[in-house]
Amino acid sequence: MGIILIGERINGSFKDVGKAIQEKNKSVIQDWVAKQATAGADYLDVNMGAASRNPDDFAWLVRTVAESTTVPVSIDANRLDMFSTGLKAYRETVGERPVLINSTTAEDSKLIPLLEMASQYKASIIGVVMDERGSPQDVDRRLELGGKIFAAAIDAGLSTDQIFLDPIVMPVKFMQEQAKNVLNAIQQMTMLSDPPPHISVGLSNVASKTEEKKLINRTYMVMAIAMGLDAAILNVCDEEMMQAIATAEILLGQEIYSDAYLKAYRQRAGGAPA
Amino acid sequence: MLKHEGVQMIPDTKKPWGGRIHTVTIGATQAEGGTRASTVTIGGSATLPFLNFEGACGKPAIAMEVWDVYPQDWPDLLKEPFGEVMHDPAKWAKACCDMGADLICLRLAGCHPDRGNRSAAQAAETVKQVLKAVPIPLIIWGSGNAEKDNDIFPAVAEAAAGENCLIGTITEGNYKTLTAVCTAYKHKLIAESPCDVNIAKQVNILAQDMGFSVENIVIYPTSAALGYGLEYIYSVMERARLAGLKGDRMLAQPMLCDVGIEAWGVKEARVSETVIPEWGAQRHRAPLWEASTASVYLICGGDLIILRHPGALQAVKKTVAELAGASVAPATA
Repeated sequence: MGIILIGERINGSFKDVGKAIQEKNKSVIQDWVAKQATAGADYLDVNMGAASRNPDDFAWLVRTVAESTTVPVSIDANRLDMFSTGLKAYRETVGERPVLINSTTAEDSKLIPLLEMASQYKASIIGVVMDERGSPQDVDRRLELGGKIFAAAIDAGLSTDQIFLDPIVMPVKFMQEQAKNVLNAIQQMTMLSDPPPHISVGLSNVASKTEEKKLINRTYMVMAIAMGLDAAILNVCDEEMMQAIATAEILLGQEIYSDAYLKAYRQRAGGAPA
Repeated sequence: MLKHEGVQMIPDTKKPWGGRIHTVTIGATQAEGGTRASTVTIGGSATLPFLNFEGACGKPAIAMEVWDVYPQDWPDLLKEPFGEVMHDPAKWAKACCDMGADLICLRLAGCHPDRGNRSAAQAAETVKQVLKAVPIPLIIWGSGNAEKDNDIFPAVAEAAAGENCLIGTITEGNYKTLTAVCTAYKHKLIAESPCDVNIAKQVNILAQDMGFSVENIVIYPTSAALGYGLEYIYSVMERARLAGLKGDRMLAQPMLCDVGIEAWGVKEARVSETVIPEWGAQRHRAPLWEASTASVYLICGGDLIILRHPGALQAVKKTVAELAGASVAPATA
């Protein structure tokens, strides 16, 4: 129930995390695990960024996160060998627990082996609607590729609940018309099946290089939720963002209203009183 | 995928519930620091009531109501099965226990300023006597006067320390004293809301905000008798249960229905056949009214039912057994 929140912070592109990966400093990583878990993350995205290209480092990073929390991990990589190393390390550390592959594209060379891995490791998977021709610039192409990924995933034996489609959010500063295209694509993706797959975005892309990052992220998130978005990779430690999401869920009738709904939303993760 | 003779059919699109109703255990055995012979656990449902082909279903428990003072205004028909023991809460409780009640609900009606104004010390003494008289768990219900209840609850909770009682009620406007007292003496809480799912959620959040675990709360969404607005309560209970099963922790509590007090307050239970002959014998009609009211609440998620008449107790127990046992697997093509 509720929007599935994927915490973005354990990513080697952030200076502190990149340095921690290179120095094998667990405490920096596990500090972000705790912060994001407390903030209510449903998954913790784990990505090495440019900090290392060594699969052993990725295995270390996945283990470091998984061993310190009960929150499921989102294995975020590009190369197939990184995914298999990460998934193997995860299963060895936690046994049965949800896990998310972030992500495949619609290219067969990626889609087919990653769906096999999803099936093998009982993982959910994010399918980003791009292929060898690049990122779509309109609604139709987004749907076409989303449909392809969805059908392939169902054929591979995944349930709709394990499939996340990502319509590719683009920077409003450089590609302003795409903001609206993505919203329309979200709405139409909800009609792919009943129940529909999850629809997820990498949110912060929309505000890339802008002056009003938090406001743009927050506003766009609420608009996307209204169109049917039910997952996002985002900064879960942004309190105003969390309040906006909680309010959107109330206004859409996805959660039952109570006067203290913000408090309830904050506490839903661990149930630890504030 | 559903497969039929090797041909791939439509995908299985059933969506599982994301949540589960909390279990609440009432009572404590000697090993657990109390003196009960056994405990009662309610809740735990992973799907809608009695659909046990689909998932786990908690078994509803039945409590019988006992007062700390003689219930002067109860109808004779309701006093008849108990007789003289109604003058002594401990003996009355023992009789209910012998009749097959899962729990005793001790209502401290006599502490109400308009009904004797018994003191905190007297209430605590009654609690002790009832605990001594029966081996089953205890629900303790205040007098209904918020100010007086805040006065008696600390002594009552202390008198029952270690027994893991279910004590109520807290409301949106009056929750601090009882929540603190139940935290201190490790009792479970009844959270009351006036036929309003939003307030049901709010009261739970308020209790949690004081550090009380929402997994130790039972929701009392208020109750109504058959024919007297029961369908409003039904809808609230249905909404709360659906939200709880979908994963809303603040509405994933077991629900309590205070049936006896409502059913025995309406004319269908109180009026004799000498006044309205076509309604038939009150002796049968009144307990049936109570049992019918309870049965409706069972199917919208009632986990704990409070009754007054032993005839109703037997009828509701039978209904629970039949519903719990009668489930069949869904028809397959």
